[in-house]
Amino acid sequence: MNKTLSLFWHRLVQTARLSCGIPDYDVYVAHLRTHHPERKVPSYAEFFRERQTARYKGTGGRCC
Amino acid sequence: MEISATKPTGIVGKMLWAILAIIGAACLAVIALRRGEPVNAIWLVAASIAVFMIAYRFYGRFIERYVLQMDPSRAPPSVLRNDGLDYVPTDKWVVFGHHFAAIAGAGPLVGPVLAAQMGYLPGTLWILFGVVFAGAVQDFMILGLSVRRDARSLGHMLREELGPLAGVVAMFGLLALMMIVLAVLALVVVKALTHSPWGTFSVACTIPIALLMGVYLRWLRPGRILEISLLGLVLLLSSIAYGAHVATTPALAAIFDFDAKSLAWLLIGYGFFASVLPVWLLLAPRDYLSTFLKIGTIALLAIAILFSAPQLQMPAVSKFIDGTGPVFQGQLFPFLFITIACGAVSGWHSIIASGTTPKLLSNEGEARMVGYGGMLMEAFVAVMALIAASSLHPGVYFSMNAPTALIGNTVEHAASVISQWGFVVTPDELSRTAHDIGETSILSRAGGAPTLAVGMAQLLHNILPGERMTAFWYHYAILFEALFILTTVDAGTRVGRFMIQEIAGLVHEPLKSTESWIGNVLATSICVALWGYFLYQGAVDPLGGINTLWPLFGIANQMLAAIALMLATVVTVKLKRERYVWVPGIPAIWLVVCTLTAGWEKLSGPISFTVAAQTYTQAMQGGTLMAPAKNMAQMQQIITNNSVDATLTALFMLLVLTMCGFSIYAVIQAWRSRYPTAHEAPRVALDSAMAQRS
Repeated sequence: MNKTLSLFWHRLVQTARLSCGIPDYDVYVAHLRTHHPERKVPSYAEFFRERQTARYKGTGGRCC
Repeated sequence: MEISATKPTGIVGKMLWAILAIIGAACLAVIALRRGEPVNAIWLVAASIAVFMIAYRFYGRFIERYVLQMDPSRAPPSVLRNDGLDYVPTDKWVVFGHHFAAIAGAGPLVGPVLAAQMGYLPGTLWILFGVVFAGAVQDFMILGLSVRRDARSLGHMLREELGPLAGVVAMFGLLALMMIVLAVLALVVVKALTHSPWGTFSVACTIPIALLMGVYLRWLRPGRILEISLLGLVLLLSSIAYGAHVATTPALAAIFDFDAKSLAWLLIGYGFFASVLPVWLLLAPRDYLSTFLKIGTIALLAIAILFSAPQLQMPAVSKFIDGTGPVFQGQLFPFLFITIACGAVSGWHSIIASGTTPKLLSNEGEARMVGYGGMLMEAFVAVMALIAASSLHPGVYFSMNAPTALIGNTVEHAASVISQWGFVVTPDELSRTAHDIGETSILSRAGGAPTLAVGMAQLLHNILPGERMTAFWYHYAILFEALFILTTVDAGTRVGRFMIQEIAGLVHEPLKSTESWIGNVLATSICVALWGYFLYQGAVDPLGGINTLWPLFGIANQMLAAIALMLATVVTVKLKRERYVWVPGIPAIWLVVCTLTAGWEKLSGPISFTVAAQTYTQAMQGGTLMAPAKNMAQMQQIITNNSVDATLTALFMLLVLTMCGFSIYAVIQAWRSRYPTAHEAPRVALDSAMAQRS
């Protein structure tokens, strides 16, 4: 039960962040560790800033 | 791995679907056939849910299996190009939530409210059937095509499948659509805030609140969106509560009391600065607030409707289907289908369905739920907006939505005119509604937002009674729409700026650089000037502006939908699945017919921009003034505006026809070809792709 709840909460946070254009940080870190071990892992703050700027780089992303 | 493969339905399942179909048909029969006595909104909700479930299960699956031939064993772009950032295989509910948050906007809330002038039935039927056979088909098919093409954008797919020239033409169409969208949405805000110190104060408060959030997210606790958004929400609600004090204190009220013209200038200035400033400071935090507030408000509206179960007071079909309506001119066909754009079918969604969503989908088998299902949800929002508007007293509805030129400036005059239309209302009822919502007047607040706000305030007041609560909820609803629209205006101005820079780059390469400060300010100025022109024109328009601009917006939005569906048609033929060409083909033809007919009626005929320009020109030559112009300069202004609108309409029609030409040519070529000619990315099995990645 507890596990289900925590998964639900995690998914909810993930959806909310994604709706604001911020992808899952843990997934990104895991991706970097497996596929690009030579690269520096950014802190959450750095990651957040980079994604925030990237969101408004052009391409639509919202409806009227 | 969980794959939503299709299982054969058992006998029990079949019976359940049959029962659901009967319930749906019964509910539809009640709302369509019962005359003389008011119908409860719950019938409408039940009918919509039944229709959506059946459509999702049967038509959606038909498209999935036969038209798009989605293959759960095929690796999607999120797996093939996984970079942990843009391309990430994501849980289907998360993708669904993200997709819905991106497609749901002010559009589905405004269009149905305007269309309520024809009664609730025409709008309901168009939303239900439009979404099932056109809107959801478009979203789903574009998503499906994009997933098969490395998550390419609509523009890119058009260039690939229809040729480079078609791509450029579509780019111009997109820019024009963007400008009209921004102008018409900004106008909705202007209409809602004109001479409303309470509303203006609370909307103005969102700027310092957003700045505070921006600073917090940047330096104090970077990236903690949830906590600061909650704080932002508390501050917003306090600003609404304090707004009541502002409205009743004359010295304070005077500071926030603006006419339409000044508000338009303020918005134009604001739009410029918001899109030139760094995004983290104002644009992004405002975006977070508005995203959460939007989802919360939609949920609140659903709860309000379910619990208060209002009677629909608007007639099923009003006499205004003959084209004489005060809210917008034009007959049921084609103008109903233009007025309700978002909610039934919206071209804008094709941009999102070929934007971030296809990069997140972890399996092709989930595309139906996200693409088709997401659009059904949006249609449900549109149905709720229609209910909120139709549950208002029709007299109140028309007094809010008819222009001053028709109903005058006083409640007495307005009540007598509207009563003559057959919707009996007393001046007292109009004044009392204004007093209940804490405003001085409700007359001629066209644009959908205020009407929806009154409807919502009354519904919420039904379930949460309390003195002054109606006023609070009204201003909450206004703030929500304004906040949301202003975010669209900021973000849209930025997107418009990049589009202008891209087009300018075709002429002079260096202008393309988005880092250049001069290019930035120059392109932003052009972009703001483009939508600002239409906004200002709408703000000073004696007929209310929405009257003129909403049809232009509808035509543009449906034009984009037609283009997206034409792309889907072309690809279906190119894949040699000609027998299913009708799935995207019929809605494409329907939208082309609607946009061209509406465009033509706006170009020639009694309700056209051209005739209006001619009438004023003749009067001016004769030296007479025509109401509502008060001098010759205003006469000239009206003539210019109408000529610009006519030119733009002609441009849209030309665009649709050109794209039709390209599509027909491509379809004929593909039909003749003996083998598939579509540009799909090669198939990679999901298993082998997963094995390789790990």
